[in-house]
Amino acid sequence: MEEKEMPNPIEQLQKVSWIKACTTDSIPENEGGCVMIKGKQIAIFNFTKTGEWFATDNQCPHKMQMILSRGMLGDQAGEPKVACPYHKKTFSLNTGECMSGEEYSIQTYPVKIEKNEVFIGLRD
Amino acid sequence: MKQKIVVAGNGMVGYKFCEKLIAKNELARYEITVFGEEPRPAYDRVHLSAYFEGKTAEELTMAPLDWYAAHNIQLVLGDPVSFINPVNKTITSMKGVVVSYDKLILATGSAAFVPPIPGSEKDGVFVYRTIEDLDLIMDYSKKARKGAVIGGGLLGLEAAKAVADLGLETHVIEFAPRLMPRQLDEAGAVILKDKIEELGITVHLSKGTASIDGENAIKALTFTDGVVLDVDMLVISAGIKPRDELAVKTGLAVGKRGGIVVNEYMQTSDPNIYAIGECALFQEMIYGLVAPGYEMAEVAVAHIAGIERTFAPYDMSTKLKLLGVDVASYGDCYGTTPQSKTIVFEDKVKGIYKRMNISEDGKTLYGGILVGEAENYNMLLQTFKNGIVLPPNPEDLMLGSRGGSDSSANGLSMLPDEALICSCEGVSKGDICGAVRELNITDMAGMKACNKAGTGCGGCVPLVKDLINDTMKSLGKVVKTVLCEHFAYSRQELYDIVKIQEIKTFDQALDQVGKGCGCEVCKPAIASILSSTWNEMILKHAPLQDTNDKFLANIQKGGTYSVVPRIPGGEITPDKLIVIGSVAKKYNLYTKITGGQRIDMFGAHVHELPDIWEELINAGFESGHAYGKALRTVKSCVGSTWCRFGLHDSVGFAIRIEERYRGLRAPHKLKSAVSGCVRECAEAKSKDFGIIATEKGWNLFVCGNGGSNPQHALLFASDIDEATCIKYIDRFLMFYMKTAEPLSRTATWLNKMEGGINYLKEVVIEDSLGICDQLEREMQFMVDTYACEWAEVVNNPELRKRFKHFVNSDEADPTVAFKTEREQKFPVDWK
Repeated sequence: MEEKEMPNPIEQLQKVSWIKACTTDSIPENEGGCVMIKGKQIAIFNFTKTGEWFATDNQCPHKMQMILSRGMLGDQAGEPKVACPYHKKTFSLNTGECMSGEEYSIQTYPVKIEKNEVFIGLRD
Repeated sequence: MKQKIVVAGNGMVGYKFCEKLIAKNELARYEITVFGEEPRPAYDRVHLSAYFEGKTAEELTMAPLDWYAAHNIQLVLGDPVSFINPVNKTITSMKGVVVSYDKLILATGSAAFVPPIPGSEKDGVFVYRTIEDLDLIMDYSKKARKGAVIGGGLLGLEAAKAVADLGLETHVIEFAPRLMPRQLDEAGAVILKDKIEELGITVHLSKGTASIDGENAIKALTFTDGVVLDVDMLVISAGIKPRDELAVKTGLAVGKRGGIVVNEYMQTSDPNIYAIGECALFQEMIYGLVAPGYEMAEVAVAHIAGIERTFAPYDMSTKLKLLGVDVASYGDCYGTTPQSKTIVFEDKVKGIYKRMNISEDGKTLYGGILVGEAENYNMLLQTFKNGIVLPPNPEDLMLGSRGGSDSSANGLSMLPDEALICSCEGVSKGDICGAVRELNITDMAGMKACNKAGTGCGGCVPLVKDLINDTMKSLGKVVKTVLCEHFAYSRQELYDIVKIQEIKTFDQALDQVGKGCGCEVCKPAIASILSSTWNEMILKHAPLQDTNDKFLANIQKGGTYSVVPRIPGGEITPDKLIVIGSVAKKYNLYTKITGGQRIDMFGAHVHELPDIWEELINAGFESGHAYGKALRTVKSCVGSTWCRFGLHDSVGFAIRIEERYRGLRAPHKLKSAVSGCVRECAEAKSKDFGIIATEKGWNLFVCGNGGSNPQHALLFASDIDEATCIKYIDRFLMFYMKTAEPLSRTATWLNKMEGGINYLKEVVIEDSLGICDQLEREMQFMVDTYACEWAEVVNNPELRKRFKHFVNSDEADPTVAFKTEREQKFPVDWK
């Protein structure tokens, strides 16, 4: 994969603790699912089309709804994104930035897959 | 001081005079008063028969009352000018209003010519001229079965269409030995007669009417040859006579056979009095068409404003659709020019007749006739008017190029810039192309707003469209409608691709004709196309579905969903009502009656949905598809079963319709309704397709819309039986599903459709594209493969697993919060 500027460079990755979230088969292909980790709702996306996994806040910052895991996946000029079901605000899965021109953004989290389990990296 | 202008008459031409005067920006110089005889402001009399097809008087109005007020025009309606004092320069209205004038415009139009036949005063005998006449005819037709029209000319055939549309057995009576004797030759008239008789209308030629019989009301007609025809309604539409009585009374010069004599400036024998439109006689000629009337208005305005402009003998070429048959005649249609030669094409099988009269050397077009097909009329007319040299095979121009045509072959590029394209509004080819080049006009609507091209008789619209497109092409500006960055195709193209290449999944579509990973625009659009084509369970394509289709429920504030079981036609048993009540109570759901005569239960957590539906399905309910771009509900009134006014069983028919199209996925949601009588309690005219009972069957309306842009549905077919109604709806819906843009309701779809409702009728009723069999087969496939999505989920443990908020716990979303108001629960407000 090409190197992209992400808010999660390698040094930061080393300071996070990896938490087991769920099994890979619990997130349907090309869809998302929501997990509760340490009292926080996190949306995990199984971007099967490119074989990538992403994790973000489950809350859409537009109307503060816990909903993004039910959003639709896609890309805009190659940038993977999720569209909120309520008003179709889209967010980059790499950076969390809003791609429909809003100021707000969402938090993204590193994901790793080991065997058939999904781990989310949370900073301590 | 302001010059005082009085306009006597508020018809199309009288109105146009005011419009053109205002356009000269000289309002400040004038004080305008208009007197009209009719109770309503000027309306489009050319398209009067559209009134029978459901157009309202308002829709036919040229400009609303506010328009007159906004331009400081005093409009006096229902009060014609009845006296002119040309010495003191004053007029007196029928009701006694006296107004002085500097310039008086007579735009009194014409009245129907009623031949002196004994009995023409009887009940049931009408003329065809005003909206009031039409109202009277419509009213009387309810108790009539057999109607006749005296007059086989242009106006007579218009009236015959109206009588036929009202469902009466229709007879046309013409004194001359052929129909349209002023526009057609013998051979052309025979083809027209055949075509009209195919529609079930009887044509009687060479018939003089001796008397109109019956005691008070008409019962029969006796012809001069002694033959008697039983009829119980008669419309006389045998020609017009100019309304010149006011001029006669004033002592102005009038013609021997009527008409106010005018000079080339439209001045009458009194230079301060002008006459324009059908009341004016110019060089022994009355012009009974709208385009020359508008030109007369322009000339009079120019003269008053001190601008040099004169009226010249006007070309009476015309093209119309009479009873669905195209008829056109232009220039010297009979070939009376010395040494002219004639090319004739006749196809009695298809009912087509074409004739062109050309010069001996084959280079100049003098005129011609088209019956049954008049596609090339505009081009022929332009060739004739501009004296363009004919191609080596002049018949190509008339018959259409046979093979290998390109846009230069349509000949538009040959036209000079001065060529008048819209003769009603005087818009030239140069004006139209200039508007595209310099003002960025890209469509017909923009052109109409820009220079009014095509707003008069509408005959030039196809030519204007071609000019817009050709000019845009020459600028390299044609923009193709594509779905999104992932698919360089329109929805209609993708629909065909999916079908032909048998594409069954989104990934297949991406691989074969798309790129990238898809997005929130193309995914639901492709999902809809896949459903409309293969009708598979929609959760098979869950990643493509918008959230409502993903969870088969409607997402609401706070992240909970609402549940709507199908209640076909709004009919429900008390037992089923109790089930809905107990389910709502058990799951603590907020309940509300919807606008579509069913019940919505709100506030269900996503994990509760399968349990709720299990209970509903066990009680005999099925999905209401309130969440889908699919058929929602078919609303109904109680109809003939209970209602004292009802004509047929509207509830029964609504249920049949709703059960036929339930689950049908379309480019957007579909709504329908069935009313049991013309009172229209089910509001069918606001639906995508609406059905209203008539004495003789059902009227079908299509492409209506409520919501933010309300639009009444248009009458599509009258007095049809249930089977025909369903056949037309099958074809209509399938055609919509195949050709509409994503998320475009039927009203928007129709608004964008070239040719509009008439084109739609040609495709769906007359099968002009030859696809109706296929459309019906495809719809039958959809009907046969219907299955309730919720029943499948309830019985499939794998699918049930999808309905959870967390993948790592069975808990509900702890952030969902409710409040209580009016004894029910509501979500807390979002920010």
